[in-house]
Amino acid sequence: MAEPGTQSMQSGGIVQAAAPGEPLVRAQNLTKHFPITRGVFLQRSVGAVKAVDGVSFDVRRGETLGIVGETGCGKSTTARLVMRLLESTSGELTFDGQDITKVKGARLKAIRRDVQMIFQDPYSSLNPRKTIGSIIGEPFAIHGLLSEKGERRKAVQELMETVGLNPEHYNRYPHEFSGGQRQRIGVARALALKPKLLIADEPVSALDVSIQAQVLNLLRDLQRQFGLTLIFIAHDLSVVRHMCDRVAVMYLGRIVEIGSGDDLYSFPRHPYTGALLSAVPVADPSRHGGQRRLLTGDVPSPANPPKACRFHTRCPKAQERCSVEDPPLEAKGTGTLAACHFPLSGAEVEQMGLARPPETAPAG
Amino acid sequence: MTAYVIRRVVWGLALLIIVCALTFLLFRIIPTGNPAVLRAGRDPQPHLIKEIERVLGLDKSLPSQFWDYLKGVFLHFNFGFSYYSQQSVVSLIRERLPATISLTLGAAVVWMIAGLGVGIISALKRRTLWDRGAMGFALVLISAPEFWLGLLALLFFSNDIGKLRIFPGAGSYVGLTADPWKWFTSLIMPWCVLAAGSAAVFARLMRGSMIETMEEDYIRTARAKGLRERAVIRQGVRASINPIVTLLALEVGVLLGGAVLIEYVFNIPGVGLLAYHSIVQSDFEVIQGTVLLASMFIILANIVADIAYAYLDPRVRYG
Amino acid sequence: MADALLRVEDLRVEYPSEDGIVHAVDGITYQVLPGKTLGIVGESGSGKTVSSLTTLGLTRRQGARISGRILFEGRDLVTLPEGELRAIRGNEIAMIFQDPLSALHPLYKVGKQLIETLQAHKDIASRQARARAVELLGLVGIPDPSRRVDEYPHEFSGGMRQRAMIAMALANDPKLLIADEPTTALDVTVQAQILALMERLQKELGMAIVIITHDLGVVAEMADDIAVMYAGRIVETASAESVFSGPQHPYTWGLLKSIPRLESDRAHELVPIPGTPPSLIRPPSGCHFHPRCAYAQPDHARIDPALEPVPGEPSHHVACLLTPEERKQLWAELAAGRVPEQALAAGAGERAS
Repeated sequence: MAEPGTQSMQSGGIVQAAAPGEPLVRAQNLTKHFPITRGVFLQRSVGAVKAVDGVSFDVRRGETLGIVGETGCGKSTTARLVMRLLESTSGELTFDGQDITKVKGARLKAIRRDVQMIFQDPYSSLNPRKTIGSIIGEPFAIHGLLSEKGERRKAVQELMETVGLNPEHYNRYPHEFSGGQRQRIGVARALALKPKLLIADEPVSALDVSIQAQVLNLLRDLQRQFGLTLIFIAHDLSVVRHMCDRVAVMYLGRIVEIGSGDDLYSFPRHPYTGALLSAVPVADPSRHGGQRRLLTGDVPSPANPPKACRFHTRCPKAQERCSVEDPPLEAKGTGTLAACHFPLSGAEVEQMGLARPPETAPAG
Repeated sequence: MTAYVIRRVVWGLALLIIVCALTFLLFRIIPTGNPAVLRAGRDPQPHLIKEIERVLGLDKSLPSQFWDYLKGVFLHFNFGFSYYSQQSVVSLIRERLPATISLTLGAAVVWMIAGLGVGIISALKRRTLWDRGAMGFALVLISAPEFWLGLLALLFFSNDIGKLRIFPGAGSYVGLTADPWKWFTSLIMPWCVLAAGSAAVFARLMRGSMIETMEEDYIRTARAKGLRERAVIRQGVRASINPIVTLLALEVGVLLGGAVLIEYVFNIPGVGLLAYHSIVQSDFEVIQGTVLLASMFIILANIVADIAYAYLDPRVRYG
Repeated sequence: MADALLRVEDLRVEYPSEDGIVHAVDGITYQVLPGKTLGIVGESGSGKTVSSLTTLGLTRRQGARISGRILFEGRDLVTLPEGELRAIRGNEIAMIFQDPLSALHPLYKVGKQLIETLQAHKDIASRQARARAVELLGLVGIPDPSRRVDEYPHEFSGGMRQRAMIAMALANDPKLLIADEPTTALDVTVQAQILALMERLQKELGMAIVIITHDLGVVAEMADDIAVMYAGRIVETASAESVFSGPQHPYTWGLLKSIPRLESDRAHELVPIPGTPPSLIRPPSGCHFHPRCAYAQPDHARIDPALEPVPGEPSHHVACLLTPEERKQLWAELAAGRVPEQALAAGAGERAS
């Protein structure tokens, strides 16, 4: 299903031409540079780690946007920028129609009611000295809500039931729970204020395989139940495929491809997306067809990224133009937007063993 | 790294100037009374007081006095003059410093060998009788006052008043160049007593550090490679040593300013004893000088400790 | 049938802990054929790592009680004296671990760590050892090895560090390489490189590999045979094809149904295994999987299932108290996308708390 007609601007800003209503989140050209200083006495800025280097995307209400990439791609930093845990070096960020790029103080606190985050490590993201009742109830305390006796407790216990925890465990401590249960506590806390947007930063990476499915299903159910919009960050492409409507692929601080899950996974256009997809080991020994294209070398340092197209140093299709002219993120006619001068052709994708029509897999 | 060293040295100097200012304040401005009179000793002659007033520049403004003082310290190594002993403070310190250095460095060797040895063995034999015994004994040594240990040592082992006449008693210190053997034997007890507390601290520290290190993945890898256990332990020690070296530098730095109690008990003519006597005699110039000296050693020790740490751990790179 | 290079027979490993005795490995039996790859699949707390560490005798120090046999070229590693076992470690059997940053000594140069491995088992001069170290780094695909050999682990990238670990493991031409979650800490493209490297080295050097992982994709790619472990026991062993095309154990079914696949679409529902992995201090009685099994019968809580061959597939073993016919039917329904009646009847799943 192709995206409704989109235009691209030189720096990759996306304009939704015909989407109903405005997107919940709009990021335009967000950058976050962390300066590197050197010097004997006066620390001069000699460079910067360009963690996020011009990222633009929209998140529509009710959808799940996945952001995938490997180490150093900037996906976690992007999440923190959207949550305003960090202030961007440049660019604009709009949430629910308001410009929140530079808000501070009480206005920022008000935003926090609408944007919440679930973190990766269930073992370190909960305060071990607080009971889970107080952890889940903390958002109410911070925003001065439900201060009537018993009101808060009731609300917390309802949340616990919603995420599948036993409300009678209100007074237990985090160490008494398993990893999967702790992640549920984190979800309950995130939902307390009924946020509009939930950002999940690698929520299942630290969990056992048999528990991952439980938490993923929980997130899907809650999304349906509460009409949540979700930004889902992960490095596991299969998980993202399962959870997300649209997916953005990041490399060295930029989005290299973005589109619906169906389009991106069945016909990736950017060579990096192709490499990522073909690198994923398939849980089916009979299916090892297609030549896997292995990337050579390592990811360059974000402090010193390659000129123009960031991927050209490792790209099997790179030509001279790629080191000179920065490819814009634009539609390539097959549904996704890709930032590439020489996107993958259908034949190449098939050769990599990637083009598969979406299977209607047996429902469990 | 060079940039870091330069920066640290310069900041160290800046700190030294601040310390100078503080000592200047403490010993010249704050005490009530004429600073010259305070320095002149008992029953001073009036012309002596005038002389001191001139030397101290008491007629000049305060900032100008301070400036003279700074110039004196940094350019001429003039830490003042002791009218009590009729010697410049620097020459007094120079006489006494070798004893303190002998005492400190010798004790450092003792406590490093004892402390690390006991610590490593305790870590390897965790929760056995050895471990509990050693750590318990270490606790005793840390808690026991130095001077008490020193007096006990004299009582038991000194060859003048002790029960078992083994080592030379208090006051028998001679310089290394004068009589090496006597120098050595007279320092054995002071070394052990001074080292006792530190050895205990280092033993506990090393034990803790080793226990943590031996749980690390790379130790498991070393065993999986088929290395002999001795080689594995050596890898563990190498990784545990960093915090120890830092602490060593700091402790030595502090002691070089004078191990007052030990020098007192064993009557070793070092900088510590000098400081003590000068306090008793209210010899302001000398007190000031020893305070400055001690601060210098500590600042230097801190710089050395940081640089040593970066040297020992290649992951630490100061910009 | 070729003689097994490594044969583990009824291995049991228990060790004391603050909360009680941990039954980490509870009677497992498997074998590794020369030049082939065995994949051990399991989650945390399955005992997969402990069983491999025990092969090298690395669990002996923790006061572990080990029984059973581990036969390597005719010798029983469980009872072998420490000195002889040490001679095998890093020599004929080598092991690589999950996180190469913490598995390499941070304060020694990479070259030194390689040379150490060589000199621990061979009488080799320093110069030769260094040359060999450079050669090994080149063999595993590290560019500019003569410069890299003098660098510290933190100066390598994640993928290169794992290559260096592999180089260290290969230093003495092992017959068996045990790889414990070798790619879990790596990015997916780097993982692909490392797995390809391991396959290439296996072909070139003819060594057997045991790869321990929780990732079914990795094991599908790399393994010739698979052993599935749960709560200290092996619940199923078979060739890789058989495990994926005709799995026999409900836990394996659960795993296969609960992982998201790249090729399936958004409509596909994941079917999680309800409940949580059990404690190894107080494991469930009888079949360890029965509290989470949708098809468990009451007496499954009393009887310990033994690993038995599947009728018609002599190399496929499963430890399950259901009858082969029942299992065949259940899998047929699951594979077709239906929920078997038995699951609904037995009140599948526990509350997740």
